[in-house]
Amino acid sequence: MSIPASATADGPQTAQELALVSRPANRVWVRLRSHPSAVVGFSILAVYILATAFGPLVFRYDPIHQDLSQAFLPSSAAHPLGTDDLGRDELVRLLFGARYTLVLGFAAVAIGLVVGVPVGAISGYFGGWIDLGSQRVTDVLLAFPNILLALALVASLGVGLQNVIISVGITSIPIFVRLVRASALSIRELPYVEAGRALGVPSPVVMLRHVVPNSLAPVIVQASLQLGAAILIAAGLGFLGLGVQAPTPEWGSMLGSSRNYIFSDPNLATFPGLAIFGAVLAFNLMGDGLRDALDPRLR
Amino acid sequence: MLTYVVRRVLVAVPTLLGVATVVFSLLRLLPGDPASVIAGPTATPEATANIRHQLGLDLPLWQQYLSFLGRLLRGDLGISTRTGSPVVNEIFTRVPYTAELAVISLILAIAVGVAAGVIASTRRSGGADLGISGSAVFGVSMPTFWLGLMLIIVFAVRLRVLPAAGSDQGVQSLILPSITLALFSMGLLTRQTRSAMLEVLGQDFVRTARAKGAGRRIVLVKHALRNAMLPVVTTIGLQFGALLSGAVLTETVFAWPGVGRLLVDSIGSRDYPVIQGVVLLLSVSFIVINLLTDLVYAYVDPRIRYG
Repeated sequence: MSIPASATADGPQTAQELALVSRPANRVWVRLRSHPSAVVGFSILAVYILATAFGPLVFRYDPIHQDLSQAFLPSSAAHPLGTDDLGRDELVRLLFGARYTLVLGFAAVAIGLVVGVPVGAISGYFGGWIDLGSQRVTDVLLAFPNILLALALVASLGVGLQNVIISVGITSIPIFVRLVRASALSIRELPYVEAGRALGVPSPVVMLRHVVPNSLAPVIVQASLQLGAAILIAAGLGFLGLGVQAPTPEWGSMLGSSRNYIFSDPNLATFPGLAIFGAVLAFNLMGDGLRDALDPRLR
Repeated sequence: MLTYVVRRVLVAVPTLLGVATVVFSLLRLLPGDPASVIAGPTATPEATANIRHQLGLDLPLWQQYLSFLGRLLRGDLGISTRTGSPVVNEIFTRVPYTAELAVISLILAIAVGVAAGVIASTRRSGGADLGISGSAVFGVSMPTFWLGLMLIIVFAVRLRVLPAAGSDQGVQSLILPSITLALFSMGLLTRQTRSAMLEVLGQDFVRTARAKGAGRRIVLVKHALRNAMLPVVTTIGLQFGALLSGAVLTETVFAWPGVGRLLVDSIGSRDYPVIQGVVLLLSVSFIVINLLTDLVYAYVDPRIRYG
């Protein structure tokens, strides 16, 4: 029944070309490579990862050790961005801070995915009281506007890296539940799924083979946007003094402590914020690019 | 319509109960003994016992829960452990400040966001579209608290034209906080309006309107924008709730005496009755606003009511 590759006049000519374009992952990659938002987003992220991996090898300062004789130095060859109120090199603190921000973002979104995807798949696929119960819980989580739930949880659990990850992670769960549930609902009634069920394919297999892969595109896009959101919330908590605590060089808490010096040394407030902004921008641009590349309606 | 309203309101009830339950458990999630956490490390055993009794922590859990719900229904949020006055009073003296800031920011965000989105959609991929879409993604990526600090540095420290903080200089005090708070919603509404408009502009009825000779402006506003606004209305509702809680950061930056700052201060002084009260107030307002948005949406678009 299949048409030989050479039969299509202006399509891919060789079997190799056909294989390249017909594999969905390749198609997405081709589109992603030519999408300006995606390219800029991935480039910023690459710069961040390289800077945090190799930067501390170039500028060999301790990000935590205090030396008050070196406080508030302006930028110089030795300290490209100057030093902070406790005499620590600002650039080195920013370079180390990227680790906390990226770890916070990825860990929080991982919690959202690990809990949200299975709950959404089970909820949509089985329906009934499981669905009803999980949807009411999701409603409650969504009833707290963005930063509020994380703030309330941190107020109870306490501050620190681990509790911030848990709090921001919990706020990332409901969106993934909704996304995967919606796609599970739409796929449940399709003939091939029904056929599989009739043949006695166990439900977990149907979910792993069909329901979850089918929801992959929107989940990937949302994961990228959620990384940006998670970083913003975590930095906001740090800024309020309720996130990762000093002396850890986390960007949000660096920005929070710089507030006392905005009259005397405004640079201390400028750079950590710029770093947060760049990270969030990178994930938002990547999300935009991924959405355009994965959206089948534009094909 | 009435059936839809009743159904929609009934669905909100379990959500409200769920929110109340989460707020109730905030205090019980505290590691160790909540009473001694609140009383602090230097408190005498009597003071700790006093707080335990005052918060009802000496009762069985189910009894605490029921009396918590009972007091909520009567509008009693307890007594602030920091000031000793009723939480309701603490909150309601702050509400006007937050409401003022949120409403002005919302108006700003709608005015700029919708206009920019429409302009971008009519000049797809042109210079104006690139500029607007670029600014919009900057807007949704900007940490609001950082933007606030930068505005303070430029307008209060360098140019000295606007106050850096506080709320005692009338309209002047409102300018920087409301721009700061509005920016995220502005970017989001621009993006939403643009994509909704692009979708509508490609549809048959728009082509028909153009073909029958309707003016460019008429087609854009009467035919396209009216339809494109439907999904945007939902976003506006959601953004109002986001603005209320986004005020937590903006109010802290600008020392604005609203509920957001009250929440942050209360977390700092472990004043749990106030924390619970503010979290409850903000999330209940969010639920109510979303409910109202859904009702407006259903009123405007009959397909929802009968769907």
